[in-house]
Amino acid sequence: MSDVVEKTLTALPSLLSLDSQPGSAKLSSTSKLGNLIRGITELTSKHEEEKLIQQELASIKEQVSSPNTSMRQMKELMVRAIYCEMLGYEASFSYIHAIKLAQQGTALEKRVGYLAVSLFLNESHELLLLLVNTVLKDLQSTNLIEVCMALTVVSQMFPKDMIPAILPLVEEKLNHPKEIIRRKAVLALYKFYLIAPNQVQHIHNKFRKALCDKDPGVMTASLHIYAQMIQEKPEGYKDLAASFVAILKQVVGGKLPMDFNYHSVPAPWLQIQLLRILSLLGKNDQRYTSEIMYEVLDESLRRAEMNHNITYAILYECVKCIYTIHPKSDLLEKAAKCIGNFVLSPKINLKYLGLKALTYVVQQDPKLALQHQMTIIECLDHPDLIIKRETLELLFRITNAQNVTVIVEKMLDFLRISEDDYTTIDLVGKVAELAEKYPSECWFIETMNTVFSVGGDMMQPDIPNSFLKLLSEGFDSVEEDKKLRLFAVDSYVSLLQGEPDKLPQRFLQVISWVLGEYSYLKEELQPAAVLRLLAKLLDTKNTSSETKSWILMAMTKLCDGEAGVSVAQEVSETYSSSLDTVLRQRAHELQYLSQNPELRSKVLPRDAGLEVDSSLSFLDGFVSEALAAGAAPYKPPHQRQEELAQAKALSLEPYGLSLPISMSSCSIADRQSPTLLSISSGLSGDSTDLSLKGGSTTLKLDGVKRVWGKEGYLAQREPLEEAAAQVEVPSPLRSPSQTGEADNSHSQTPIPIPTPEPEQEKQQLASSLFVGLSSHSSVSLMGKSEPTPQRFRRKAKSPSSSLDASERISNSLVSSTSTVDNLLCDNLLDTSELAVPSPSLTSQLSQSLTTANGSFDVQLTESDVKGSSPTLVRDNGVAVPLSGLSHSEITPLCSDQSLDLSVCHVQKEEYLALVSCVCDSAVQELRSLGVAVCQYSLTVKRPSVHVEVVGMVSYQLPVGTHQSVQFSHKLPLTSFIRPLTVSTEEYGKMWLDFTNDTKQNLSLISDGQESLTATLNVLKKKLQLHVVEIIGVEGIVACRLHQDQPCLMHCRVHAGTLAVWLRSPVPDLPDCLIYHCQRALQEH
Amino acid sequence: MMHFMLLFSRQGKLRLQKWYTATAERDKKKMVRELMQIVLARKPKMCSFLEWRDLKIVYKRYASLYFCCAIEEQDNELITLEVIHRFVELLDKYFGSVCELDIIFNFEKAYFILDEFLMGGEIQDTSKKSVLKAIEQADLLQEEDESPRSVLEEMGLA
Repeated sequence: MSDVVEKTLTALPSLLSLDSQPGSAKLSSTSKLGNLIRGITELTSKHEEEKLIQQELASIKEQVSSPNTSMRQMKELMVRAIYCEMLGYEASFSYIHAIKLAQQGTALEKRVGYLAVSLFLNESHELLLLLVNTVLKDLQSTNLIEVCMALTVVSQMFPKDMIPAILPLVEEKLNHPKEIIRRKAVLALYKFYLIAPNQVQHIHNKFRKALCDKDPGVMTASLHIYAQMIQEKPEGYKDLAASFVAILKQVVGGKLPMDFNYHSVPAPWLQIQLLRILSLLGKNDQRYTSEIMYEVLDESLRRAEMNHNITYAILYECVKCIYTIHPKSDLLEKAAKCIGNFVLSPKINLKYLGLKALTYVVQQDPKLALQHQMTIIECLDHPDLIIKRETLELLFRITNAQNVTVIVEKMLDFLRISEDDYTTIDLVGKVAELAEKYPSECWFIETMNTVFSVGGDMMQPDIPNSFLKLLSEGFDSVEEDKKLRLFAVDSYVSLLQGEPDKLPQRFLQVISWVLGEYSYLKEELQPAAVLRLLAKLLDTKNTSSETKSWILMAMTKLCDGEAGVSVAQEVSETYSSSLDTVLRQRAHELQYLSQNPELRSKVLPRDAGLEVDSSLSFLDGFVSEALAAGAAPYKPPHQRQEELAQAKALSLEPYGLSLPISMSSCSIADRQSPTLLSISSGLSGDSTDLSLKGGSTTLKLDGVKRVWGKEGYLAQREPLEEAAAQVEVPSPLRSPSQTGEADNSHSQTPIPIPTPEPEQEKQQLASSLFVGLSSHSSVSLMGKSEPTPQRFRRKAKSPSSSLDASERISNSLVSSTSTVDNLLCDNLLDTSELAVPSPSLTSQLSQSLTTANGSFDVQLTESDVKGSSPTLVRDNGVAVPLSGLSHSEITPLCSDQSLDLSVCHVQKEEYLALVSCVCDSAVQELRSLGVAVCQYSLTVKRPSVHVEVVGMVSYQLPVGTHQSVQFSHKLPLTSFIRPLTVSTEEYGKMWLDFTNDTKQNLSLISDGQESLTATLNVLKKKLQLHVVEIIGVEGIVACRLHQDQPCLMHCRVHAGTLAVWLRSPVPDLPDCLIYHCQRALQEH
Repeated sequence: MMHFMLLFSRQGKLRLQKWYTATAERDKKKMVRELMQIVLARKPKMCSFLEWRDLKIVYKRYASLYFCCAIEEQDNELITLEVIHRFVELLDKYFGSVCELDIIFNFEKAYFILDEFLMGGEIQDTSKKSVLKAIEQADLLQEEDESPRSVLEEMGLA
């Protein structure tokens, strides 16, 4: 078909001048619009066009405001006004008439009216309010076409505040017998959801109804809403994954009506939307949701074999999905092959997408980049800049210490020819990131010079900032630092001697700062010479006043010696009368300090690192005094705003489920004496806001001396993490393996085969680009995780100060513990007197727990610190009060050089006790290993299939370094299920009261006579259910989540399956339980 | 979600523009100008996809007309090409082997078809048959609507 179109359209230019052609025959050649269009095409200059349009607009204006103009004429006028606007001329006088036309016209005129409105106005235009009544009227019209028009305009643009006015009417349309109306209504609601999600929050059940609509078109429309909601909160919709998979299966299997086919591919739009939703649901998934998708993804890959754009579109989406969800090796293999087909395709669009897909997956699968290295090299020289740009993006992802110079060079080459500002800004940022990651003296400075001169004043301001920071903080070796700075000074001096007025302002600022700080390093360079260079820069007329103040600052640092002072005096005289106040101040500073060398050396000490106390600890005394005097503790702005918002209006939104409901942190400090042991519980962790709110009920803060309010408390964690990130533990594995890999990949490139010259060049390039990218080094490829083999390494920032901070914090911790905590402390102290704290054990250890999906309560109820050998604890498993209860295996959660963390859970009557055991694994030869056992009680607030407990242990080694270890532990809901003993009568009564139910057929475990009993016994054993009674082919079973959260189950053997009916007063509990029943039977 | 769709000629004349996100008039003009410049400068064998600002641009040329869509990061480029193609198919079916002139002189009809095909930046109906049916029904209504009215008018005049 497209050929036909193309042929017809090619003949167009000649058509324009001829009226007798068939194309124009059906046009209303006599109409005024026709005349206008023809008139315009005959014109030769832009000026003439403008004149003609102005005339036209004047005539339209006159006619629309005339009372004698009929609606029919008005329609014609509107079309002409639209045309003028499209040409870029304003016709705002017609807007109000467009609204009038939509209001008063008959269906056909209304249509044009609505069209004009939707083209003229956007959703914030004030005239749009006048349209609300019209829309309301049309939504209630009996004429379907009018309803359609109203829904269309509503989805195009509608004032946000007026949504409640029409929402009931749009909602009503979801029940309309015509599917076209239902579909449009769903899309209108989607639009509402996008622009004002809280307005449609209460109708989520209606969305679900639309999803279940019998018309596939309506269902497809509802997926837009679901995709959006799932993107915002994937964990809330995991239960829908199975349904989406089922839909996709049907679509792929060709179960939809032929109408939905596109070039004989079944509903490709729907397929792609479903694949997108699945990848959102399976992202960061712990396998369970992803598992159900594998089969259908495999089928999609298999089915999409036709060589047409549309199948490639589906394949591409499929591949993206496979790499996003929890990985499965054979699917990954197929997806990788598919990416290969894209990359190797002769079609440029597919090649581009192949590169994009490679970029996306290369972090997970670096082998893939190696496989396609020759194609990548070719793309790097592609005439289409878009392809080139995408290739660079790919290379950026595979940069390592060995290929960084080549890759950066390629990127800089591109930057020099790129004209697009957005690309430049983005790429400059990436080059700077790479350069900073792998700095080596002159290369680093030279690269950054190019970055600054090419990036100019467009680049992100943090690039020069972090460059200066890097330069001033230095690296590991003083000698190297000096060399680097010296090289910078050298290169800047020569730049300034050249044509400095061509350099961007940002670069000049960097130059002047560096010269001010470090030009003394170059002994043969006279400060006066530098001063003169800078002074010359001041006189250049392009220099901005911001740059000038940087220059003056630099001069202030440099004005040494007689010659220097005289230059300084001259400059300061010029600028001390400047109109710019900042410049004037700088000039005065320069003048004063240049005459007073003693003061200058005090104010601007040379080569002394600037100490910034960002914690503002010097204010602590002041703050605590103020607090003691009754001042309110400090609240950060966002919290103030939040509280203000809460105070102002009632929150109509239901409470979010994703709030981290509670966390606890315990810290054991045995640095000085056992009395320092403290446990702080309650709400803490990331959100100290919560801790304050919670504090009003549980923590008594009055009269307790607080150091810097909550900030001090917050800082407790921060320095720990920061220090952990900064101190790089030298890895003994690094160098040999790295070089080994490098050799490997060198040997991989096919050298011995004789190849033509350019081919060889390419291969050389390939070997330099893909060096260090061997199949074994998948982990060490990227970014920061890679142990970089340079001499330069960032220095840990003043370790002593962070140590002080944590000391202070631990003091404040002790003093701020509440009465509740003190109770716990007493307990602890009792036990800890028995304990023999290992001398090598961490001197401070804090542990925090959070739950991932927030539907659980974690409470720290009891805590033990035991000094015993690890074997004892392992054998014993659990502390004394818990022994005798059934408990799980002890699972090791995480470990590092110095500690092992393991956990086991004990099923207590009313809650699940989680016992975590931290033991010191560092010093094996010491028999008295330190072991800390902490116990948490978990209860379920809202049931879900699994609960994940995540947390962090942070501790401090005696030498002063902080470490932290993250862990997570997943528990099935079944750990929280307890049998419920009831009689058959009680069961019958309860059954009628419960509202939440679910039904499903499960498979029986055997076919025999006793299959029901056998099946129920399995469930009883695995899930701890209580079998109330078995009568013939029916059985009743009961269990509970808590004392007050029962769940009843009714089973009946029917046609070889077990029909199960679950009822509970707790929402979601039946659904979660049926899932576990299913699994238990499957596993059996 | 699609942010906007533009139709423009090889000579850089805008033929159709549909915006699905609220954009100020001034920005629209600037974006249209900028995009036309970029797209018109591209050679025939080049890639149909562009990264532009924070959007992805998908364009395709049919004879003298360029169809150009702006989509978001997570959207699929290839399917957007098919959106364009289906729109061309719809125009072709409606006008009967469409040409640029049809779109110039009957641009409001082209808008109606587009509105029936895409809604709020998402595809609404992928079936050629049902889109055209909806359009024809509306057109029919218009004619039925017109004839009695003109009779009445005549009577009023008489």
